[in-house]
Parts: sequence; C-alpha cells; structure tokens
Amino acid sequence: MEAVFAFCVGLMTACGVFLTLRGRTFPVVVGITLLSYAVNLFLFSSGRLTINGAPILGNGSYADPLPQALVLTAIVIGFAMTAFVVILAIRARADLGNDHVDGTNPPAEETASAAADKEKR
Amino acid sequence: MSHLPILPILIPLLMGTLMLLPPLGGGIRRQRTTSVISLLVLIVAAFLLLQQSLIQSQIYVLGDWRPPFGIILVADRLSALLVLLTSVLAFGALLYSLAGDDNKGKYFHSLFMYQLMGINGAFLTGDIFNLFVFFEVLLIASYALLIHGGGKQKTQASVHYVTLNLIGSAFFLFALGILYGTLGTLNMADMAVRVADLSPSMRILAQAGVLLLLLVFGLKTAMLPLHFWLPRTYSVASAPVAALFAIMTKVGIYAIFRIHTVVFGAGAGELAFVAVPWIWPLAIGTIVVASIGALAAPTLRLLIANLVLISAGTLLLAIVLLNPQAFIAGLYYLVHTTLVTGALFLLADLIATQRGQASDRFVVSRPMAQAPILGALFLVAAVTVVGLPPLSGFIGKALLLQAADTVVTMAWVWSTILLSSLAVMVALSRAGTNLFWHLSGSKPSDEKAAPVQLAAIILLLLASPLLVIFGGSATEFAAGAVAQMEAIYPDVQPLLEGGR
Repeated sequence: MEAVFAFCVGLMTACGVFLTLRGRTFPVVVGITLLSYAVNLFLFSSGRLTINGAPILGNGSYADPLPQALVLTAIVIGFAMTAFVVILAIRARADLGNDHVDGTNPPAEETASAAADKEKR
Repeated sequence: MSHLPILPILIPLLMGTLMLLPPLGGGIRRQRTTSVISLLVLIVAAFLLLQQSLIQSQIYVLGDWRPPFGIILVADRLSALLVLLTSVLAFGALLYSLAGDDNKGKYFHSLFMYQLMGINGAFLTGDIFNLFVFFEVLLIASYALLIHGGGKQKTQASVHYVTLNLIGSAFFLFALGILYGTLGTLNMADMAVRVADLSPSMRILAQAGVLLLLLVFGLKTAMLPLHFWLPRTYSVASAPVAALFAIMTKVGIYAIFRIHTVVFGAGAGELAFVAVPWIWPLAIGTIVVASIGALAAPTLRLLIANLVLISAGTLLLAIVLLNPQAFIAGLYYLVHTTLVTGALFLLADLIATQRGQASDRFVVSRPMAQAPILGALFLVAAVTVVGLPPLSGFIGKALLLQAADTVVTMAWVWSTILLSSLAVMVALSRAGTNLFWHLSGSKPSDEKAAPVQLAAIILLLLASPLLVIFGGSATEFAAGAVAQMEAIYPDVQPLLEGGR
C-alpha cells in the first residue's frame, strides 16, 4: 500500500511541477492545483498509513489525528489561493491582452501568430 | 498568564475586519482615523511586550491547550523587537498613504491590517505549522496589496509573485510533512529536543525536510537563485505598499534564523547547522548580484529594490557567521536597513511624482518643486544606506566586519561588504546627480508633497540618528537577546513536560 501511495503522490507532484513550468497561465494554475493535491495526500501519510484503526481513542492501533487537521487547514488555504490565482489570471488576460505568465508573448510565437493571422485574411 | 503576546495579532485582525463592516467601513475618513488609532495602539502594545520580554521571554499558550498539542506564541526579545519594528514601519507607510494613495483602490486599510497580522504572527509563533498559516495570511494580503491601484505593470508583476509563492507554499507543506513524519511534533522547542536523537534513516529524511524549508524561506528572503521576482515586484508596488514590503524579506530571514540556526542549531547532534554551508555562498552571491543590479538599474525604484536584496544578503551573512557579535551586528543592521529602505521607497515616489513624465527614470527632466528638501532627505538616506559615518549604516556594517573572526571568513565578509558598499555608493551618487542636477530648462511642476508624506519619510529616517545616539543601549539590548535566545527552549520545556 505504501508503495502505491508513494507512487501516486510522486506522479502527481511530477505532473504538477511539469505543468507549473509551462508558459501559459492555464496550465500553471492546473499545475498548482495538482501540486496542492499531492501535498495534501503527502501530509496525510506523514502520520503513517493505518488501516482499520480507531479515529483517536481505541485499543491497539489508531490513526494519528494531527495530520488530518493539518490537511484540513491546507485544503482550505489551498482553495482560497487557487481561487485568487484564477481571478488574477483572468485579470492578467484582460489587462495584458495575452495569457503568457510574463505578460508578453515570446517573440518567436508573436511572429508565428501574426503570420497565421495574415493567412486567414 | 498575561494576554499581551497575542495583542499584536488580535488588534490588526479585529480592526481589519471592523473596517469591512458598515459603521467603520462607511467612508475613507473613518477608515483613516481607525487605521491611525489602531496602529498607535499596536505600537504601544508592541512596546509593552518588548518591555516585558526584557525581564523574561513571554510564552502564551493559546486556549490553555498545553504544548506539544496546543499552539504557543513565544515573545522573546528578538520577536518582540521585530513586532515593534513592523508597527513603526507600518505607521510610516500608513501616514504616507493618507495623502491619497489609500483611496486608489478598495479595502486598502483592511488589507494593510491583515498584512500586519500575518507579519506579527509569523514573528511571534512557536509552532511551525502555525508559521505556515501566518505566512499564508501575510501572503494573501500582500497579493491584494500589490495590485492596489491597478495598472498593467502591477498585474504583470503580480502573476509572477503569486505563482512563485503558491509553489513555495506547496514546498513548505512538503517540508512540514517530512518533519512531522520524522520528528512527530510541530512545536519548535520540541523539535529542537527531538532532533538530537533521531535514528540514522530518519535523520536523512529530516535533513531533506530542513533543506526544503531553506528553499521556501530562501524564496521569501529572495536569496540568490530565488531572487528574480523581487526587483520587479517591489519597484511596481505603490509606495506605501513597497515600504511595508521592506519587512517581508526579513520575515524569511527570521525564519531561517529560527529554524536553521536555533532549532537545528548546536543541540541538534548530527544535523547541527546542516543548512549553513549552503547559505554561505548564496548570501555572498546575493550581495554580488544585487550590487551589479544596483549599478545597472535604470530607475530609482529598481535601484532601491536591489538595495533590499543587498540587505537580505548581508543579514544572511550575519546569521551564518554563527557568533554572538555577528548576531548583535545583524540585529542592529536589520532595524536600520528596514526603516531606511522603507523611507527610500516613499521618497522615490515623491521624486517620481514631482518629476512628471520622466518619473523616476535616470533621464533629463524638469526640476522638482521641492528639490531642496527632497534632495536633503535623499542625501541622508543615501549616506545611511551606503554606510558612511556618522549615520547608522556605518555602525551596522562596522559591527558586522568586526564579527568576522577567522581569516577565511574575514576575507569573504570584508571583501563582499566593502565592495558592495562601494557599488551602492557609485549607484546612489549617479542616481542623485541624474535626478536632481540633470534638468531641462522648463518650469518646475507645482505639485507639492503633502506635509503628512514628508512627515512619514522623516519619521522613518529619524531612526538612523537615533540608532547612533542610543547605539550603546541598542547593542546591549541585542546582546541580551542572544543570551535569551540560548535560554528560550529550556523555558518551554516545563510546559512540554506538563503536557505529556
């Protein structure tokens, strides 16, 4: 179980990191969301994975309650931050006229898209 | 138990929220009055807290839930001083904003209060997950404050700033997860104890966690490879916001100090000072890159943003020297540099407004309406920042140079700091000449600075001569803070024992 869990968290983190390195705001936002999912799962596992354990009190094995509280906090904060970054991305698209994270299209793409526009006409 | 330690968090939280609701949120005048009054109260509270912390470090157990399960606030001399410093800087920034900057967008005063709450909380907390929460509070307020006033440039800088910090937060949580998984606690004092007897396999994991934390704090501090966001962000923010942001990099430095040299400090066994060899070259690199940036800056604001970077690098050096003298020097330098860079951001805004179209670019422009007074203030600020006698920059840097005790550290610290001071001197003289003496023949504008704006700048700059006059007591205070630093975790131990 640990191996599958670790693999899933690792895969999600890798996808998140890859997407946050993209140039457009949409993939970046999705990447940040994936990263925060990965983080939440990871925090869960920091209290060790327990199956069939009692929530807090019980005989023998019980699940560590603290990581669950941490995950809850992290989820709430993550939601608020994602909402903010979505609004900011929309605002940036409106203010700057493109959705590149730098606010300007890279020169190579600029000429390519201009050429495509000409052909359409 | 005295409730004083929580006041610096509660006052801004309460006032910020009240200013969103009808009676106080009604008009800008009411909000201004409320803001000024609550900041004055905050300064008094911070001062009282500082006085109490002189006697003994104050530990506040929230809701009387004993650590390690409950959260504690710890107000020792260092954190109490930083809270007071934040309040004073914020008061200067707020005074400046009263001249009209606060009315360029909605909710400025509320956001300003939330920002203060986050900063104060980050300084006071004794729990590392709580530190994360306060980081997020100060960050989300800063995201909104950064775009206050609107405009293309601000949106552009905001996208970078927000994205980077969100990724930073994700890494912060990864690090916390690793540390909790290995140490089984989030209370800093408890961590400091438990880290010494980790099993070797856990130790490697904990080391990864600690170094991940360095990455996160390095991003906030703007340490070398993670500093590219800072100059742009700080130079486009509106003046009072940029002035308040002068303390934000110090939050990162404070966290690095707390975690990497106290919790994972001398008592941490194999993991003692595990991050220090990394910080050394990065601190020196930050200073070098920022000095080049200062020389190359085309506008005054970018130049000042690079000065913020230099001061971050210098403070990191003071931390990694790892001796009490360096700590004293660092604390002295921190107070000086925060207030002066704050004042410089405000001054840059006045200069930019009075030069009209040329703004703060180093080009020929019409003369300023109040050139003599602005020039005088610029001179004082520049002398302080460069570190020329008789003002506080000189003493701060001299103390730091003295603190480098071995030949190797001396070679690195002396050469970096002296050369960067030279670079800053060249850059600031060029800036001053260009701004004040390269004039076109046209008439000066009749835009005068509001008295309250000048008062704000003078208030912040006044710190420099005061730090010189009371230099003796300031260094004595810092020496006391070092002694307290070493004794702080034993203070928490009885509480921990009682909680188990």
